Amino acid sequence: MVGGTCIKFGDNINTDVIIPGRYLVSIDPVELAEHAFEPLGEDVQTRLRKSQVVVAGYNFGCGSAREQAASCLIGAGIQAVVAKSFARVFFRNSINTGLLAIQCAEAVDAIEDGGEVWIDPQRGIVTSGNRQFAFEPYPENIRRILDAGGLLSYVSKYVLAARR
Amino acid sequence: MGKTFAEKVMAKAAHLPETTAGQVVDVYPDLIMSHAASWRCIQSLEKLGTDQLYDVNRIAMVMDHTAPARTAKTAADQKLCREFAKKKGITKFYDINAGIAHVVLIEDGHIRPGMVVIGTDSHSTIYGALGAAGTGVGFSEVTATWVCGYLWMRVPQSIKVIIDGPLALGASAKDVMLKLIGALTADGGTYCSIEFHGSYVRGLSISERMTLCNLAMELGAKFAYVPPDDVTRTFLREHGVDPLDYEEIYPDDDAVYLKTVHIDGSQIVPQIACPHTVDNVKPIHEVSGIKVDQVFIGSCANAKYEDLAEAAEILKDRKIAPGVRLIVTPASRKVIERIVNEGIFDIFLRSGAVITNPGCGACAGDGGVMADGEVTLSTANRNFQGRMGSYQADIYLASPSVAAATAIRGVITDPREFLVKEGQYI
Repeated sequence: MVGGTCIKFGDNINTDVIIPGRYLVSIDPVELAEHAFEPLGEDVQTRLRKSQVVVAGYNFGCGSAREQAASCLIGAGIQAVVAKSFARVFFRNSINTGLLAIQCAEAVDAIEDGGEVWIDPQRGIVTSGNRQFAFEPYPENIRRILDAGGLLSYVSKYVLAARR
Repeated sequence: MGKTFAEKVMAKAAHLPETTAGQVVDVYPDLIMSHAASWRCIQSLEKLGTDQLYDVNRIAMVMDHTAPARTAKTAADQKLCREFAKKKGITKFYDINAGIAHVVLIEDGHIRPGMVVIGTDSHSTIYGALGAAGTGVGFSEVTATWVCGYLWMRVPQSIKVIIDGPLALGASAKDVMLKLIGALTADGGTYCSIEFHGSYVRGLSISERMTLCNLAMELGAKFAYVPPDDVTRTFLREHGVDPLDYEEIYPDDDAVYLKTVHIDGSQIVPQIACPHTVDNVKPIHEVSGIKVDQVFIGSCANAKYEDLAEAAEILKDRKIAPGVRLIVTPASRKVIERIVNEGIFDIFLRSGAVITNPGCGACAGDGGVMADGEVTLSTANRNFQGRMGSYQADIYLASPSVAAATAIRGVITDPREFLVKEGQYI
């Protein structure tokens, strides 16, 4: 079970807002986190760092293929993103960096900004207050990448180990 | 039941007899592109502790986003790439003088029909212009694919976009796409393969096909595709590709599509994507007159030879408005060579434009950025807040013709003001 306090955004939050291109010179999640959501101002940034879950509307992470859009959230202490839908590259980057990306539109409608959200990835349940919402658990191939802690760990653990 | 382009190209790259939309398969890309992000891939590879690459001939590296280096850090990153490419024998390595990865790889014959290409850039959908399946991934995924040779992909559903032509005077591929993105919205094609068909597309130049497929990304698309035809074959031949080295893939007539969208090209007027989303699209008359501080003609969407020629037709013998900065960033070294030879370079220069080195430039925020409260009209493909400097600046997106007309007037201007009815430029 992962979760905690959430910060809620609207639809079409793009990668330039999540992590502006000027900071892509870094791949350190903690360094990147200092600039996550910088275009939206300091209040949002402060709240992000106190949150464990990002909640968003449709098409979260649209735009660039920059993987740092996912890793900067990890650096900020975010454990999961619950959204109505994801842009496809963000979804892949999220899984590949070990960040839970949960698609569950019903839960997003019910969750209030600043409220508590808990996610049970094994059972496929999002809990907000006394309400529970089911989401489709990950297919086997994605679950194995997440369980390994991201794609590179997965490659190291399974693909390279088999070659040795 | 018939198959779409995506279902067929995924089957080919997954070495399977067939695939169906929704299926998850392991795909072996024919080409793995990385741009400015290459150093991140190399560092990730070092962390993995292996230097065994699946197939070095499938790797292409292009130093495009931040070139030439402006900081010692970027210079060190590029040095790492240069040395890695040399050590590993990566022959498709392009240094800071080449231009934007997508355009360079197409110009140099590395993209062919029927290929699957992944790249560390979302606009990799552009490869559909030559009937290839291109899509963006993150740097870890490129690293993993360098090593493994494959990555998982879900076979996408497909959307058929039928565009009837010819287009109305003053409209271009950019206007078609902005209109489509405005209608379908920024996630109207998420996870989908967008196939372009119709009388406008048949016989269309590769440059305009590139603009269509590039902008398809702004619908959230996974792939874009234009069926290869004689225009494709001629282009490939002229760019040194042997017909025996590729396999054209076509969708079946009875393929199953998520939906079909019709566009009547004769009704398209110049379109503008307003701040701060690409789907905030308005016909030009609703925004004309807005004052601009800067005009940017560049990016993988619209800085090819044909795009610059389109802008130059309007800028010829004219000056840009006082106080307006016109920045022209040709997509590649080869584009520069051609505009120099054909006198287009001089037209820009005399108009008052500044012409930069080839590459991504201002579209990636690498030079040409804005101060608080400023406005840029750009031929690029993204207008997200803060993409070009200040978070308190506005970016409008439009075609090269609109950009040229706007630079002359200093306010967003309909390019048809510079055209006479017979389609002749005055």
